[in-house]
Amino acid sequence: METADLIFKIVFVLGVFGVSLVIAMYSTYAERKVAAFFQDRIGPNRAGPFGLLQPLADGVKMFMKEEIIPTHADKALFILGPSIAMLTACMTSVVIPWGSSLIINGKEFVMQITDVNIGILYVFGVVSIGVYGIMIGGWASNNKFSLLGALRASSQMISYELAMGMSIIALVMMTGTLSIREIVESQPGAHWNVFVQPLGFLLFLICAFAETNRTPFDLPECETELVGGYHTEYSSMKLGFYLFAEYINMFISSAIIVCLYFGGYNFPFLNSLGLSHNLTAILGTVLMFGKIFFFIFFFMWVRWTIPRFRYDQLMRLGWKILIPLAVLNIVITAVVLLFKYDLWNTSIN
Amino acid sequence: MQLTNRSKVVVRKEMSLAERLYLPAILGGLFITFKHFFRKKTTISYPEVQRQFTPVYRGHHVLKRDEQGRENCTACGLCAVACPAEAITMTAAERKPGEEKLYREEKYASVYEINMLRCIFCGLCEEACPKEAIFLTDKIVHSGYERQGFIFGKDKLVEPVEADKRVDISGRLKAHRKN
Repeated sequence: METADLIFKIVFVLGVFGVSLVIAMYSTYAERKVAAFFQDRIGPNRAGPFGLLQPLADGVKMFMKEEIIPTHADKALFILGPSIAMLTACMTSVVIPWGSSLIINGKEFVMQITDVNIGILYVFGVVSIGVYGIMIGGWASNNKFSLLGALRASSQMISYELAMGMSIIALVMMTGTLSIREIVESQPGAHWNVFVQPLGFLLFLICAFAETNRTPFDLPECETELVGGYHTEYSSMKLGFYLFAEYINMFISSAIIVCLYFGGYNFPFLNSLGLSHNLTAILGTVLMFGKIFFFIFFFMWVRWTIPRFRYDQLMRLGWKILIPLAVLNIVITAVVLLFKYDLWNTSIN
Repeated sequence: MQLTNRSKVVVRKEMSLAERLYLPAILGGLFITFKHFFRKKTTISYPEVQRQFTPVYRGHHVLKRDEQGRENCTACGLCAVACPAEAITMTAAERKPGEEKLYREEKYASVYEINMLRCIFCGLCEEACPKEAIFLTDKIVHSGYERQGFIFGKDKLVEPVEADKRVDISGRLKAHRKN
């Protein structure tokens, strides 16, 4: 690897890391504002103009709080839990293509940290490690509510990962690749996958809610019956890590939804504007972030609209409805692809 | 026996397919919350914006002075008798020669205390007062951490002598005189 490549990669990695942290930080602010607006309130407006410094104040508060590790807790695991949650949340952003490419001094730099050819599998792998963060934290707390929350979290995430993976299979069959960049590039202009895979998109969206532990699937931390769920015993910045990881996950899930179903950095008429290559790429990235922000807003919108599922309803929905639907989606896609291939004898891509 | 016509028969009919899908209902819910997003907010940003009280609001008590700055209260004790919460206590004293500018009549209250934790802000003290000395104003009683701080003495109750710092009770005075 050349020096220029290396420098670009280092800057880009730091940039992606910083951006995802800042977005997660301001998601907490947005969450409170959105919640307030949906409830006819104003929301935080005291710290700075429009309360824009509220996340900083919250951060300072988190750091200043007393650090408590329960006497009967397993100390090492207790610390390991939130660390894993935070680590896995930050790791997923590696395979997401944030833009097409930039040409600096006649050299092309791809706006992606690494284009693994099994990108989606990597995401699924990392996300499933994220369950361990919650599991270990809930187990190490030595508290029945934490343990119940952790149990719920792990069974929920495992069962929804199945449906999620299956909803992706139909997409992979269409595009013939697991690399997220290639999937994005297979939907130029407005040929977004959501128009050909509406059912797959719906399933993926529902499963994404469950994977990020957001309402209506926030049973692992449901405060009305389990105190705080898996993070009942946590305080200070360890609690902050858990909450923060949730917001990073939300950001990453939105980014993945956008990449898989909404064309990533593609946008109708973007390439026919006659702009220079770099400008088009940057505009594409900006539009991609616009789409991501819409989905983050959508996550919050749903949270402040729909009540929580009961646990048996959650399991019934996952195993008896979502998984059969995902299988049906695969079959339909396969049949359509087969006929298309047979009748017109054209390439699938 | 049927007493009213308001009872409703519970219908446990099977849900239709659209209802069982949940998605139409969820979309409806999303639409409702989205409408609220643009509604006028009900919050009042308190220290900057203050809500208008009604003219009959009963808040912090004031012990009035007359036009010449003399205390109206003569420590007759009618307010303390009228008080249903027994929040008012007072000690009466005789006006000495030379104190004519401080107290309107020969008798005055040397100690006048209202226990704000007992007070229910009913306004009966104001009704009982024959000298138009005590009134409830639209000022809010502040919260505090210590119980001791809620026993308000004359330092907190008597209005200042200076003409521009007097407490305006004209609204309540009108209602008081009508009764």
